[in-house]
Amino acid sequence: MEKLIFEKSVEGRRGVTFPTEALEGFSVDQVLPKEFQREIPLPLPEVSENELMRHYTRLSQDNYGVDTGFYPLGSCTMKYNPKINEDVARFPGFSQVHPLQPKEASQGALELIYELEQILSEISGMAGISLQPAAGAQGELTGMLITRAYHQGQGRQRRKVVIPDSAHGTNPASAHLAGFTVQTVRSNRNGLLDIDDLAKVVDEDTAALMLTNPNTLGLFERQIEEIVRIVHDAGALMYLDGANLNALLGLTRPGDMGFDLVHFNLHKTFSTPHGGGGPGAGPVGVASSLIPYLPFPVIQKAEGRYLLDSNRPQSIGRVHGFYGNFGILVRAYTYIRRLGAIGLSAVSRNAILNANYLKKKLEAHYPVPMDRSCMHEFVVSAKAFREKGIHAWDIAKRLIDYGFYPPTVNFPLIVPEALMIEPPESESRETLDAFAAAMLEIRKEIDQAPEKLLGAPDTCTVGRMNEVQAAKQLNVRYEPK
Amino acid sequence: MEYIPKTEKEEEEMLAEIGVSSFEDLLAIPASLRLNRPLDLPPPLSQPALKRKMLNLSRKNAETTSILSFLGGGSYDHYVPSTVDHVLRRSEFYTAYTPYQAEMSQGLLQTIYEYQTMICQLTGMEVACASVYDGASALAEGALMAIRRTKRKKVLIAQTVHPHYRQVVETYLSGLEGVELKEIPLHGGRVSLQAFEDAIDDSVAAVLIQHPNFFGQLEEMETIAQQVHAEGGLLVMAVDPISLGVLKTPGEYQADIAVGEGQALGNAISYGGPYVGFFATRREMIRQMPGRVVGATTDTEGRPGFCLTLQTREQHIRRERATSNICTNQALNALASAVYMATVGRAGLREVALLCLAKSHAAYEKILGIPGISAPFPGPFFKEFVIRLPFSVSGFLEDLSRDGLFAGIDLGAYYPEFEDHLLICVTEQHESEEIDRLVKKIQAAS
Repeated sequence: MEKLIFEKSVEGRRGVTFPTEALEGFSVDQVLPKEFQREIPLPLPEVSENELMRHYTRLSQDNYGVDTGFYPLGSCTMKYNPKINEDVARFPGFSQVHPLQPKEASQGALELIYELEQILSEISGMAGISLQPAAGAQGELTGMLITRAYHQGQGRQRRKVVIPDSAHGTNPASAHLAGFTVQTVRSNRNGLLDIDDLAKVVDEDTAALMLTNPNTLGLFERQIEEIVRIVHDAGALMYLDGANLNALLGLTRPGDMGFDLVHFNLHKTFSTPHGGGGPGAGPVGVASSLIPYLPFPVIQKAEGRYLLDSNRPQSIGRVHGFYGNFGILVRAYTYIRRLGAIGLSAVSRNAILNANYLKKKLEAHYPVPMDRSCMHEFVVSAKAFREKGIHAWDIAKRLIDYGFYPPTVNFPLIVPEALMIEPPESESRETLDAFAAAMLEIRKEIDQAPEKLLGAPDTCTVGRMNEVQAAKQLNVRYEPK
Repeated sequence: MEYIPKTEKEEEEMLAEIGVSSFEDLLAIPASLRLNRPLDLPPPLSQPALKRKMLNLSRKNAETTSILSFLGGGSYDHYVPSTVDHVLRRSEFYTAYTPYQAEMSQGLLQTIYEYQTMICQLTGMEVACASVYDGASALAEGALMAIRRTKRKKVLIAQTVHPHYRQVVETYLSGLEGVELKEIPLHGGRVSLQAFEDAIDDSVAAVLIQHPNFFGQLEEMETIAQQVHAEGGLLVMAVDPISLGVLKTPGEYQADIAVGEGQALGNAISYGGPYVGFFATRREMIRQMPGRVVGATTDTEGRPGFCLTLQTREQHIRRERATSNICTNQALNALASAVYMATVGRAGLREVALLCLAKSHAAYEKILGIPGISAPFPGPFFKEFVIRLPFSVSGFLEDLSRDGLFAGIDLGAYYPEFEDHLLICVTEQHESEEIDRLVKKIQAAS
């Protein structure tokens, strides 16, 4: 393990120095009474620039990214992050613009936001867009608060949000945060929403159905029109978790399917880097009847000029300190302008092709519980290997030794020992072949040398981490000895 | 297409291997739902054309490198050392996923562990999470955590808190049954202690205070802390991380939760985002804390390392019973903050804070020397201060911005009673000639 930066600290070393002439003759006490001054020490590390760069460079070398290799992470869409996006976001005219500077001096930023809203509106078939939410979960919260405001606007209170058992955990968490109770609806044995169960649970207390389509098994909800009818007949709204939008670009649109709300993940579908856990961006799209409830400020265009409208009496309010993760919006906009309509539909076509190709290569060796044409991802189950003492987790860890990041493991919850595999369009056929070959090798090892899986990974700087110990003997910060 | 490595021949071969004759045979979307036209989007641009287009678009914005700006209000121009962007450009970091697979993510996990430690060192708090979205949502999460912890439903927020933060807190609490958010009025640029005393009682879950507040003023934290604790409520403090190089920390004020906007620590102002909310609290409350947490542990052979921990609080395990719905946060911005703090170090952060203090006070004195200019708020401040002008602020700001100078924030836009009040921010970045230029402009207009 690389030493902690605190252990490298030597009193008096500097990573940068500042011109301090302005401090000559300056007395803190004259402007700041003692009672306001910090008394406890400030033990930040003291390192030279060279030591600092080596520290972080070494740490980066002990980390895996999309630029290192393939990430078959289901529902995460770990596609390639184009380099021009990074360069453009750093143009001073984007990165050095103050959020409160005059609108006349921010027309480029507002134009970009406005244009990106128009583009996402066309892609999704939703009438209104807000780019303010900072990530998918904040987009969900925004959508749920809009749902709540909409029903209140209709003079009624609805308390319940219906969510399939295959949904991401953020869905129920966001619905709960918006004050709803969560009711689960079952999936049927084909891995699709159970329509009969849905008809039973949707009633006059239902505010919305939160649905992921294609769902987390990578299956398109073929009966979506019937689902929409049931939900709308009850006066409830249809919410789309857009985590899997990478399967739909230019092929079909959530608005045309009948969804009333959708959130996007720009860090999945539109190539902005995941950053090791953010920043992302989670814009929300709504049908025209819900536009009044969108977060303020809303960007508008009048006589060729862009302005911010905060006079929105029915709005749910503000969800971000300023206008959202603008630097991420710049990257997504750059990506879309590079691809255009044909390029975007090629993205989805190739994502679907990749997933079906990889599924074909694996399905004779790993059971695919709901075996039919998939969209951009599919799920295999390792349940059959339990009797050999092997779990999905072990396969995941062994893949690390073959140089691949593991798929999403043990999710969705409705498939025991799930491995959820998503090969984005940016992966070549050779990469898919190499991944399939590794999975086949591992399949042989399950029969012939299961200890290799149980001991995996053995090619990293560390082996399997003891997560139980981490939670029991909490050590979440460095303390000098 | 450079982002999709597939030739037509490869596509045909792959379809054949799948066992279908065309892509259409593969597609599970019912025909009735298919979009039978191309999306109506602007045409694609080649890479060189795209770069030119984006450069031209960016030039429609005034950039602070070519403008003299005294704008603050939650987004601050502090010097960003060169180390920061060089670390951020390591694509093993920026193209990485959330470090769920610990063995492949030790580097990133260690940077987060170090970041959590530095946030604790800075704030004087005991534990910190890996980050939340921004300062505004951090404050909202603080209110939510206090409601969970105390099982009380009333939240008091000072009117001196950033207006946008107050709006975000209001949005976050709006869905919750029975939760009441009450604003405590201000007096003399600080929260009114009298109004505060009248409002505080044993039904209050949390008091939300910003220090320095939106006007740059320092609140009377000791009195406030004492009173909220006497009633069993929690003190949630939003702080400017740079100020903690010299100001007393939330930990010293006995704050229960310390949050803030981490942008000032090495992140570009970038038209308001991406920024990073930091969130710290007392150890005994860590299980109530929102967001991801990295912990130190060992591997099967006893070698030290890191992994995400306390995940049973999180949405992917606990679903609707999670402490927060947050999952993707602002990891790369938190990394920028960590690299910033490590680069400036103990002495550097204090220098930056002292320079802000010295330069803002020098500017304040010079401006107040101009006849007709007054200082409505007499209390101590850190790097932002308010002046009252004997003429219309909005017209004055418009004139100056045409001259390439953003003089500050028109407070009348947020507080109708503070028409003609201007909020000015001075950091270590301002040269004394630049301050003189502002002073001359105000003089000329007076």
